[in-house]
Amino acid sequence: MESFQRVTGIAAPLMRINVDTDQIIPTLFLGGTDAKGYGKHLFHHWRYREDGSPNPDFLLNQAPYDGSEVLLADRNFGCGSSRERAPKALREFGFRAVIAPSFGGIFFNNCYRNGIVPVELPIEDVQDIAREVEASAGKGKVTVDLEAQAVTSPSGRRYVFTAPGTLRDMLLQGVDEIELTLGKRAEIEAFRGRDRARRPWAY
Amino acid sequence: MPSRSPSPVGEGRGEGRTFFDKVWDDHVIAKLGDDAALLQIDRLVLHELSGSQAVTALAKAGRKPMSREQVFTVIEHLISTKPGRGPTDSPSPSGPIMIEATRKASREWGFHFIDYDDPRQGIAHVVAPEQGIAFPGATLVCCDSHTSTVGGVGALAWGIGASEAEHVLATQTLAQSKPKALRVTFDGRLREGVYAKDMILALIGRIGAQGGIGYATEFAGAAVASLPIEGRLTICNMAIEFQSKYGFVPPDDSTIEYLANRAFSPKGAAWDEAVRYWRTLATDEGAAFDQEVTIDCDALAPQVTWGTSPQHVTSIDGIVPRPSDSGEEKALGYMRLEPGTPLLGLAIDVAYIGSCTNARLSDLRAAAAVLKGRKVKAGVQAVCVPGSTPVKHAAEAEGLDLVFKEAGFEWHESACGFCGSIGDNRFSDLRVVSTTNRNFEGRQGPKTRTHLASPATVAASAIAGCIADARKR
Repeated sequence: MESFQRVTGIAAPLMRINVDTDQIIPTLFLGGTDAKGYGKHLFHHWRYREDGSPNPDFLLNQAPYDGSEVLLADRNFGCGSSRERAPKALREFGFRAVIAPSFGGIFFNNCYRNGIVPVELPIEDVQDIAREVEASAGKGKVTVDLEAQAVTSPSGRRYVFTAPGTLRDMLLQGVDEIELTLGKRAEIEAFRGRDRARRPWAY
Repeated sequence: MPSRSPSPVGEGRGEGRTFFDKVWDDHVIAKLGDDAALLQIDRLVLHELSGSQAVTALAKAGRKPMSREQVFTVIEHLISTKPGRGPTDSPSPSGPIMIEATRKASREWGFHFIDYDDPRQGIAHVVAPEQGIAFPGATLVCCDSHTSTVGGVGALAWGIGASEAEHVLATQTLAQSKPKALRVTFDGRLREGVYAKDMILALIGRIGAQGGIGYATEFAGAAVASLPIEGRLTICNMAIEFQSKYGFVPPDDSTIEYLANRAFSPKGAAWDEAVRYWRTLATDEGAAFDQEVTIDCDALAPQVTWGTSPQHVTSIDGIVPRPSDSGEEKALGYMRLEPGTPLLGLAIDVAYIGSCTNARLSDLRAAAAVLKGRKVKAGVQAVCVPGSTPVKHAAEAEGLDLVFKEAGFEWHESACGFCGSIGDNRFSDLRVVSTTNRNFEGRQGPKTRTHLASPATVAASAIAGCIADARKR
């Protein structure tokens, strides 16, 4: 699994509420059994016009935001469908972090398994960072440091966040979660033996 | 309400334990730090849209499933809804590859496999309770956000990503952060013509589409206790629409009666043993919740959405409100609606009855009662996609298919199709009144404007050609 420690990059202020995973990647582009090929369809209906040409009004089609690594968003980012292609599409585009006041729970977990850190900060803080970015015409870079659990704005203002310990460790080290769990095989087998005696109908 | 993603919860919230505490504790294999636990997963349900990704990734990594008896596959997302469909018929160009990959892996690995032509086939969350795959106190996961549906039979069920599904395949476990506890109490008694769908929409209208972030939600109260299981499934289906990953009704007599003699339910002495255990799972008197919400159902009217989030909802005799934030403003622009417009009388292009929310037998009966002897308004496309093949067959045995067809409804095979605009199963630039769960931008097709409502409201609207109140006939 891809690891993440820190990123310093262009930040795109896409300050919308309830951005659902259908908007992040529409159902139409979920085809295939592969783990890749979704970045070009990120925010498809916002990013392209009906004739397929890029929509010049959409933030991520404008320099320097077309090279963004950090996304700033409003409440409930990634709500809706469980599709893991949503963080995959964000990652393929180049994003390494999303900063928002809250996230859809399934999306939140999926991010950690795709090299993206979802950072929760109060809305006022996200808005402050967005204002700074906009004031610099997007040139001011934002740092997200998972090790220190801190975000630094273009002017150097520091915001502290908390990431769930288990997921944080996993992402920092880029560990293979399945290998990690299989390391507990004896515990799992012992549990299943006890549980099967108590709840045979579950097996 | 506080809005945090998965977060730890303190021990000893009160005397006694909640249903959630009991089921969680009974599945903890190991504690992982202070915020999470490795949980035993009793049932993994796969479908071809995301299940195909999980099985492909597992094979690529050279791994094998750990416990195939606990894995169930249903073909339902990408398969065509057309009568007479073939094994790989799909409205999506990539459908056949994904269906085949899922079918091949399921057969090779020996999962319980419910193919497109199996008499048990249907939308996974309709099939799981119907076949007894879901049961009280089970941990059940599926790559679909509406997996919480089966919380309606007292399962602890939630939607996961494809990587998490791969992890479950390989280990039959999943690491999860323990959420906080929310109890929603629906007091009182539903009036005639008001349904489970109206209850859950009213709740989301009250607490908002983010109201349940970081919570597991127990649905309780007199109105829930008196709901048939199918209504409970409808309520739990939409837990994710207020961002509660988990939604459930702890098991009671109705649950046990519903599950008796289902295909995968335990039988004989094993059944008695299971029932004894299930009866211990109800929330203890005095157990505390981190948050409580109460909804009075005595005064509840049918609900209908006007915007692009399920929280954009009002009573059917309500009006489109003045926007209170940028999200609502954007929603009104997308929906092409002006503040002050009454919902009643708003012209529609399509009436859709289907999905894991509202396409079970009781839903089709409620719609058919409205449609009987009447005709869909000229110019309105009316579509019914039963939630499962058993639902379709049961409806046909009662003659409901004839009621639908004679009224002018299309009558399809069961699949997800039009709910999430799978491939060509989509509407284009139309206004739809729909029994589904999401009115997001583009959810049922490009520029398509979805109004969520109960099956009775959708049926009445199909007849009237505009949003209509089924109680006024």
